[in-house]
Amino acid sequence: MTENIIHAKVSQRELGLEKRFRPLDDLIRYVLFVCGALSILTTIGIIIVLSSEAINFFASYGEIDTNNQTLSALSPTETLIDVTTGGGTLALGDLMRLQSSDELMRIVEVIDRDTVIVERGVEGTTAVSHEAGREVFIAKQVTLLEFLTGTRWQPQIGFFGIWPLLNATMMITTIAVIVAVPIGLGTAVYLSEYASERARSILKPTLEILAGIPTVVLGYFALTFMTPLLRSLLGNDTVQIYNQFSAGLVVGFMIVPLISTVSEDALRAVPRSLKEASLGLGATRFETAVRVLLPAALSGIIAAFILAGSRAFGETMIVAIAAGAGPNFTFNPFEAAETITGHITRISTGDLSYGSMDYKSLFSLGLVLFLVTLMLNIISDYITERFREVYQ
Amino acid sequence: MSEHMVSNIPVKREDFEENLRRRQFTGLVWQRLFFIANVSTMVILLAIAYNIINGAFGYVVFTYAVDPEELSERPISELSEPELVDLLLQKVPRRLRVVLRDNLSQVPNNVFTQEPISAVLKGKTFDPEWADLKVNDLTDAQIAQILSDNLTQEEIAFIIRRQIIQPNISQSWNLVESLLNRSEIERIAAEKYPKGDLVFYSWVNLDFITNPISSNATNAGLRTALLGTLWIMLVVVVASFPIGIAAAIYLQEYAPQDSRITQIIETNIRNLAGVPSIIYGMLGLAVFARVLEYYTSGRFVGVTDTNGRTVLSAGLTLGLLILPTIIINAQEALKAVPSSLRDASYGLGATKWQTVTGVVLPNAIGGILTGIILAMSRAIGETAPLIVVGASTFIGIDPNGPFSKFTVVPIQIYQWTSRPELEFKNTAAAAIIVLIALLLLLNSAAIYLRNRYSMRI
Repeated sequence: MTENIIHAKVSQRELGLEKRFRPLDDLIRYVLFVCGALSILTTIGIIIVLSSEAINFFASYGEIDTNNQTLSALSPTETLIDVTTGGGTLALGDLMRLQSSDELMRIVEVIDRDTVIVERGVEGTTAVSHEAGREVFIAKQVTLLEFLTGTRWQPQIGFFGIWPLLNATMMITTIAVIVAVPIGLGTAVYLSEYASERARSILKPTLEILAGIPTVVLGYFALTFMTPLLRSLLGNDTVQIYNQFSAGLVVGFMIVPLISTVSEDALRAVPRSLKEASLGLGATRFETAVRVLLPAALSGIIAAFILAGSRAFGETMIVAIAAGAGPNFTFNPFEAAETITGHITRISTGDLSYGSMDYKSLFSLGLVLFLVTLMLNIISDYITERFREVYQ
Repeated sequence: MSEHMVSNIPVKREDFEENLRRRQFTGLVWQRLFFIANVSTMVILLAIAYNIINGAFGYVVFTYAVDPEELSERPISELSEPELVDLLLQKVPRRLRVVLRDNLSQVPNNVFTQEPISAVLKGKTFDPEWADLKVNDLTDAQIAQILSDNLTQEEIAFIIRRQIIQPNISQSWNLVESLLNRSEIERIAAEKYPKGDLVFYSWVNLDFITNPISSNATNAGLRTALLGTLWIMLVVVVASFPIGIAAAIYLQEYAPQDSRITQIIETNIRNLAGVPSIIYGMLGLAVFARVLEYYTSGRFVGVTDTNGRTVLSAGLTLGLLILPTIIINAQEALKAVPSSLRDASYGLGATKWQTVTGVVLPNAIGGILTGIILAMSRAIGETAPLIVVGASTFIGIDPNGPFSKFTVVPIQIYQWTSRPELEFKNTAAAAIIVLIALLLLLNSAAIYLRNRYSMRI
């Protein structure tokens, strides 16, 4: 006893127990924080990259080839321009650009098919002199309005409407969700309510394997299995070799595991007491599942559908392989049409030169893709949080 | 009140039983339907497996530029080295120097004809009198002599197959056709290719794995793409492994749980996991391949023959892509370490960092490694982001470091699948089998680690 008291009187300092100065610990803490914050940097990076290139895109002028050439050399002050009558017509109000120059000219008067009067150096550009024989292009500014409403996408010749790509993306997403929802939800209900342990131990890994298959393999499957199957069922005239339908089906297969896993979790989160009360009242297992468990888990299930839709919207390789190359504004699912992701993939294959119209246009498409999927993910999160039934 | 009244009306027993039967029948029908939903996922999986195997095996017809039976009296495998080299000398004298260069040269191709033999064939067997001569000073017979002195019988036989016989697959059939329609296939083969050989062929074989990219399906191989995949995975591991674990440690052990910044980071990581992978490709293209080109092309260490579209850019892009997955998985693993262990460590006077490195990490490492391997198996199958970052469509030289041009196995599958020639569908199927074998390998490693470390706590 006395010894203990004596020990207590020895100061902490003498025993070396005082809090030591450890600068390294603080440093480590900051390093770890920086690693954690890197994810924020990634998000900011994505947003900056996509939007800055997209802004570049909307500030740029596309070129429409008129097949005309200037006949004589031009000094910076000359406004009367003679051109060969090649093919395209020059109309009043058009912006004109000569081959390999930045200067823009506005056509203020059309005298005849091969003579126009222009205003030089408009839209903030400066008038410079040109040699004879320069090709004449119509310059066309990319506008947000055309981007969002146009039905033709050919950036090389001045058409910037996103609808052909967006339409194909939405069709394939719709087909995928229509296919995947019944299969995924049915699987989830069966796994959570009916399956024995033994059945579960076979069915669960099946879903996990399906979820782990690289999408390029699924693309191969769509092109070499689903498409021939569809063509033999519906006829080679109806179904094209590349078509949105088989791509949509296989994208649907891809999102089945996502829907079933998330929905099953939601169903399992419903308290046992609810289920037992329903069964105790004499409801069949099916009635319990559909009238008690599904409504209770609805928010989670809807969230799963939306999440799956977002995944389908951004899916790339299946559609790049099986849906076809070349934008096509069509509502026929058996025709080939390129999606946003498919277009990005095709255009970036090979060496894409920085600053080209294609390069800039890709980022505007990427921005749309990013915003739509982000929105869907946020809605899905919101539904999970907001409409979750909380049980005691 | 009226509802209670209704329930008091006596129900006829028959009606009750009829109703019950109907309800039970409905339940049974739906149970079957739910079961069918399950079975359909299995059917899909089986169809995928069937489709791949169907494409990777089957009959093919080999045709030859020179029929091997007309080339020599005895089969090539029985000829001696001088006899084989003699064949080369007779049939393709002009290609002897190329054969020498491809098989024995010790110097870069561009100085092959300029350096003396002593340098070109350093360490190989050759007549010392030729040491100061150059390759073009030697006669064909002398080159043939060098070849036969330095190469084994199998190696020369292989060269003869490539240079003289030039086997070429002219037509291929899938496995199911091959099994069911054998007689028909034999008839077609005999009719269309009287000199060809009809053989049952496995498109996955050792040559397929070791051959480089080729524009010809017969010689096409996966080596270039496999090396690309390995190099990129190396970059991915080096880049994302430490950062992912550090971020998880911060979020799980250090971060104040109710602080706003922590919540923003956590939400942000969840959202990043949902961003389509192709968007990461665009980020990689604009940042790693373009803005940081000076570093990613290796110009800062003196590499000059590349632009920013290198293994390094691709690896960093994939690293960013799987970072959220690694962090989320590692956090789960850290969460699973019982807090009693931490408390015990603090109780003994350990600091936070000592607790993390001495107690928490050793107990969580199994889970963390499992998570990382699973994330890597996702990265190995990724295609779209790498195409966008700038995979090369054709590479002559194997990727040999972070500043090489690259292609990867999934991109190779994509390119072969997209080609119109039917034979490339077979090589695509074979490449898929190799890719899936890689994935299975990684996943078994993950399962092994999980089982091994789960016993410790």
